[in-house]
Amino acid sequence: MDHADLFTETASFTIKHRSCLNPDGELLTKRDVQPDIQRWIDIYKGMLLTRMFEHKAVNLQRTGRLGIFATAFAQEAITVTLGHTMAKEDLLCPYYRDTGALLQRGVAMEELLLFWGGDERGSLFQSGHGDFPIATMVASQCLHAAGVAKAFQLRRHRGAVIASCGDGATSRGDFYEALNLAGVWRLPLVFVINNNQWAISVPLPQQTAARTLAQKALAAEVSCEQVDGNDCMAIHYAIREALDKARNNGGPTVIEALTYRAGEHSTADAPEYYRNEEQQRAARQALALDPVRRLSRYLRSQQKWNDLLENEWLMTCRATIEKAVTDYLHNPADKPESIFHYNYACWPEVLCAQMAELNDDERTSA
Amino acid sequence: MKEQVPETMVNALNRALHNAMTDNQDIILLGEDIAAKGGVFGVSKGLLARFGADRVIDTPLAEGMLAGISVGLASQGIIPVVEFQFSGFMLAAMEQIACHAARLRSRTRGRLSCPVVFRAPYGGGSHGAEFHSESPEALFAHLPGLRVVIPSSPAKAYGLLLSSIADPDPVVFLEPKRVYRTVCEPLPQPNTHYPLDRCFILRSGGDATLVSWGASIQETLAADVTLRQQGIHCDVIDVASIKPLDMATITQSVRKTGRCLIIHEAVRTGGVGAEIAAQISALAFPYLKTPPIRRAGFDIALPYYRLEPYFMTQPEHIVQSVIQLMNDDVRTAPISGQSYPSAYPGKCK
Repeated sequence: MDHADLFTETASFTIKHRSCLNPDGELLTKRDVQPDIQRWIDIYKGMLLTRMFEHKAVNLQRTGRLGIFATAFAQEAITVTLGHTMAKEDLLCPYYRDTGALLQRGVAMEELLLFWGGDERGSLFQSGHGDFPIATMVASQCLHAAGVAKAFQLRRHRGAVIASCGDGATSRGDFYEALNLAGVWRLPLVFVINNNQWAISVPLPQQTAARTLAQKALAAEVSCEQVDGNDCMAIHYAIREALDKARNNGGPTVIEALTYRAGEHSTADAPEYYRNEEQQRAARQALALDPVRRLSRYLRSQQKWNDLLENEWLMTCRATIEKAVTDYLHNPADKPESIFHYNYACWPEVLCAQMAELNDDERTSA
Repeated sequence: MKEQVPETMVNALNRALHNAMTDNQDIILLGEDIAAKGGVFGVSKGLLARFGADRVIDTPLAEGMLAGISVGLASQGIIPVVEFQFSGFMLAAMEQIACHAARLRSRTRGRLSCPVVFRAPYGGGSHGAEFHSESPEALFAHLPGLRVVIPSSPAKAYGLLLSSIADPDPVVFLEPKRVYRTVCEPLPQPNTHYPLDRCFILRSGGDATLVSWGASIQETLAADVTLRQQGIHCDVIDVASIKPLDMATITQSVRKTGRCLIIHEAVRTGGVGAEIAAQISALAFPYLKTPPIRRAGFDIALPYYRLEPYFMTQPEHIVQSVIQLMNDDVRTAPISGQSYPSAYPGKCK
């Protein structure tokens, strides 16, 4: 050894990986999950509803009645459980794979269709809990969540904030800056990462050299864990504990939920162009880990679910979705001049003049 | 009646923050080195002691973070006044300002809004290091949903900062640091709010209209003194509100004088002067005796400070341009095909 090099062990780490249910729906945990049985039923129903709704949304897109849509197909456990686990006084900063969470948070299906159908009224969230609009700009929501968490802290509000993002988002500065700040300020903030192994066409090994995304939290002195992202029980317990900790001034947590994007990134994507044979096989195999089937098996094994209940619920879902779609399709676009209405609280004169211009154009073209 | 003591712009800004924070508990300050140090220029001096660490907050060094958390804070009814140490460092925050702060109201159809003030010292002439001297107002003026405000004097800094904090939308508030301590004037009565969409007419005259803002107002006023000695009387307009522009006041003046010179420190191409000239051409065309012209920065990277004086507009340049205007002698450059001297002769082709 040259110079006066000194080596101090500052940190060594292990990453917790939590799972409660195996892919066959058999319990792995010794924890008593029975007190939460109604919860598992509700989450299961939420996943079915989300899957059916997203399937419908894709069909609407394929037939030209929706601009674009991103599903959480075979990854519903993360987003649905997340939305289910949050309390009313918590706040969600969602991203585009959070349809399931937003439905759990009381956002109307019609609004979600409006959002993806190119209408800002889709972010009104009239029956929601004040959640942020869906983030399109990857990782930007992590900083918004940190700001909301700081506001909660300053106001002594007993709520926590969830920033939901994908694996690709963890490469962006906004994610790291939010994480760093959450550590310094001990913010009541929980990061939930849907690690589905793909950022559109870029697989995780090209995204990061880190062996887990959870460990990114360690450098910021933020607690972290991995959970089986297809295991609703593991996700629920992890998020519930993290939210409780955050609400009790225990600081932030990063939860990396491991799953696999079996399908496409969005309706504007076709994985067969960039996934090689092996990767396509992996995608097919990932379907065997399906969170919906897994929880169904568990509930049926406990005599808490059966074909009759399933059919009844599917009919309810179908009716709810049909009504939302009908309302959406019959909801005409807002008035053209509404494009001016929400840019400023107090309109600059120039916008009044430009709105008159728009009206003149309309008269001319009419 | 209390005696009116002349104050610097730094003190005026400090006073405005102090008054606003006293009146409204929801206002907090965020930035790097703003609390214990009181800001690199001393704008927030004493505020930590007065308002406490919950309201005057030193943050980690990350400008994108500053803008991003402001969006979250503002959505919950807190009013952050953010200090960026220098406007050059705001570029790291551009995405959060442009895509989120400026659009939160429109993308949620008014459900959430973003009343934030993004303050930053800007401009050259103070021997700053690299990236410490630029004038980026046009970058922000191009973004819908933002207001852009530039005070030129202590009184305006006071009245305009109070209005910016009270405004329900995000405001980029650029402070000409060259005149932070060199210009002193009495401040208006406490809690005087100046309008955010009106120009200030500083001097009146019928021969030409001089339009400027920020620190360049100093050179413009100096030129005006010289011009008056030569019998040329100008309207001198301090734009102050870069966005939205008060074109009514500017147009009225140009219709009266028929001649207009726009002076700004920022580089010329795509600058705010271009917008003003375009609007004048449309709104005052029949009244123009000669084309509106600009005295603005060259389209080059701002030189380090040894050669920076060659970049800056001096009063005699302004005098010269006004005399050109008065003689209807606005020279037009060749349109194309002419050879300009190249820094690397022979390497162009």
